[in-house]
Amino acid sequence: MNVTVKYFAVCHEMLDRSEEEMDLPEGATVKTILKRLEEEWPEIAEFYEVMQMSVNWEYATENTELTEGDEVALIPPVTGGLDV
Amino acid sequence: MYKITTEVITGAEVREAVEGPDAGAVVLFFGTVRNNTDGRPVRCLEYEAYPPMAEKKMAEIAQEISEKWGLDRVAMIHRVGKLEIGEVSVAVAVASPHRKDGFEACKYAMDRLKQIVPIWKREIWADGEAEWVKPDAVFFDAPKPHKIDPQTD
Repeated sequence: MNVTVKYFAVCHEMLDRSEEEMDLPEGATVKTILKRLEEEWPEIAEFYEVMQMSVNWEYATENTELTEGDEVALIPPVTGGLDV
Repeated sequence: MYKITTEVITGAEVREAVEGPDAGAVVLFFGTVRNNTDGRPVRCLEYEAYPPMAEKKMAEIAQEISEKWGLDRVAMIHRVGKLEIGEVSVAVAVASPHRKDGFEACKYAMDRLKQIVPIWKREIWADGEAEWVKPDAVFFDAPKPHKIDPQTD
């Protein structure tokens, strides 16, 4: 199945791309994507501790199962607004 | 109104979105770009967002406010792109019959915005360096961060 994966902020910089299509096996979860990214760029695993993932605009866990056409995103810690 | 924009925020857009004859108060909040962070001079800021999810999460915050205070007119707008010192990055408006609830709900909206709305800030320092801001606080409401199982090797 195909899913779209989006990268923002520090992830976008680290991976040098803002999104991509991934062809995943049936039964794949968010963790499948994380593992695949880690193979390409081992340092990204350090960020997993503070990062969230979303599936179709909703926060997800690594065990969230994916289906064809899902939109997945890596969500670094959010810092909208301001420091007040 | 729950919106990510590249346009200048004036405040009129959020105020007009919430005002009405039953409101005794409209509380407006603006976040503006500060010229320093902990004393280090800032040249400008860049904001990036995940717009569809950000707008969805803003709508969820408005729903929370509806449940907590019974206030149904809340507007939030956040600008993305490069912002100069003094410009408005975010505006929140809450209309309420009385000011107390309006102030409380407006503060709540900003607190939640920083917790769950996917928007990121990059500081461009006066010396030319730049970095993505990492918050001190961790999410208290979003699912726990996931961790890849430690490699055995």
